[in-house]
Amino acid sequence: MSHMLDWAAQYPFFAAVIVLVMLCALFGALLGFASIKFAVEGNPLVDQINAVLPQTQCGQCGYPGCKPYAEAITNGDAINKCPPGGEAGIQALADLLDVEAIPLDAEHGEENVTTVAYIREAECIGCTKCIQACPVDAILGAAKMMHTVIASECTGCDLCVEPCPVDCIDMLAEATNVQSWSWQLPASTPTSHLIATDRGRGQAA
Amino acid sequence: MEYLTLLISAILVNNFVLVQFLGLCPFMGVSNKLETAIGMSAATIFVLTLSSICSYLTYAYLLEPLGLEYLDIIAFIVVIAVVVQFTEMVVHKTSPLLHRVLGVFLPLITTNCAVLGVALLNINKQHDFIHSALFGFGAAVGFSLVLILFAAMRERLNVADVPAPFNGAAIGMITAGLMSLAFMGFAGLV
Repeated sequence: MSHMLDWAAQYPFFAAVIVLVMLCALFGALLGFASIKFAVEGNPLVDQINAVLPQTQCGQCGYPGCKPYAEAITNGDAINKCPPGGEAGIQALADLLDVEAIPLDAEHGEENVTTVAYIREAECIGCTKCIQACPVDAILGAAKMMHTVIASECTGCDLCVEPCPVDCIDMLAEATNVQSWSWQLPASTPTSHLIATDRGRGQAA
Repeated sequence: MEYLTLLISAILVNNFVLVQFLGLCPFMGVSNKLETAIGMSAATIFVLTLSSICSYLTYAYLLEPLGLEYLDIIAFIVVIAVVVQFTEMVVHKTSPLLHRVLGVFLPLITTNCAVLGVALLNINKQHDFIHSALFGFGAAVGFSLVLILFAAMRERLNVADVPAPFNGAAIGMITAGLMSLAFMGFAGLV
């Protein structure tokens, strides 16, 4: 032992490197051993739900992350607490769990995704029905010619999706860029008051 | 008596969150619901006590004899991470119930600065083994106390009529500041 201490005092740099490497190797081995020895078969449903959730780990649902929310769902929590997943996410969860899709719970925030229509041009038959439906004339094309969407004009109202006879219109999420980014104002005070008030009901008689 | 003084000092007078401003991220982050705050508190008490013991042992029996005291931060990070991960695996296997309470919070605490702070302060104040364990325990109890109090306040704040510009995090910060002022009042206690 004292021999080792003498050596460490003589070569402090090598002693430091060796100690750190040994420490890490030892702990790595310990963790590797533990992960095999204490392996737990995960709940497959939790993993499936977790795969549907958007993995933003935003915590808006009230849980520390997507995985804990997935576990909470398997334990019977509501499926409408994930704003980043939005209505599409709720629909996917409803399909997976074979329950009714319910609207997003506004208490946990609002879905804030702007979408843009996109026509899969290879499938477009040129019927002009979407052109007639578009309220802002953002779709370009002529009869029996391929149509396309002017992305900068599209408001994402998805009115064109319904009339399309071949279902070749997709609503794609618009990536946020410098032009489309907007400052998120803090939510205004809710209309419910702790103490009943007749403020704003006009003049008292 | 000496141990009691140490405990009170760690819990109230030198409270880690409100007086020393360590571990603020979980303090603001996990205090939305009383239930999660309690889970986080339990996990913190567990991890802090264990990690202060382990880091003391590492320091006293590995780093000090070899004259490598300057490696304390990096060695403690490794030790704490391993201890937390290992206990998480063991708890997951042996006690699913306890894992449900502590589980998700254990990895979160690994990178909590309060944990490393306690380990380093133990060395700084030249605590022995029992003092280290007690100091870690006291620091965690202080953290839990403040976290649970704060979570309870925030649950009430959620239904209060807060002016729009102060909604959400802003009023949380103000509340935390006022709590900190109140805890500074313990300064003369020990």
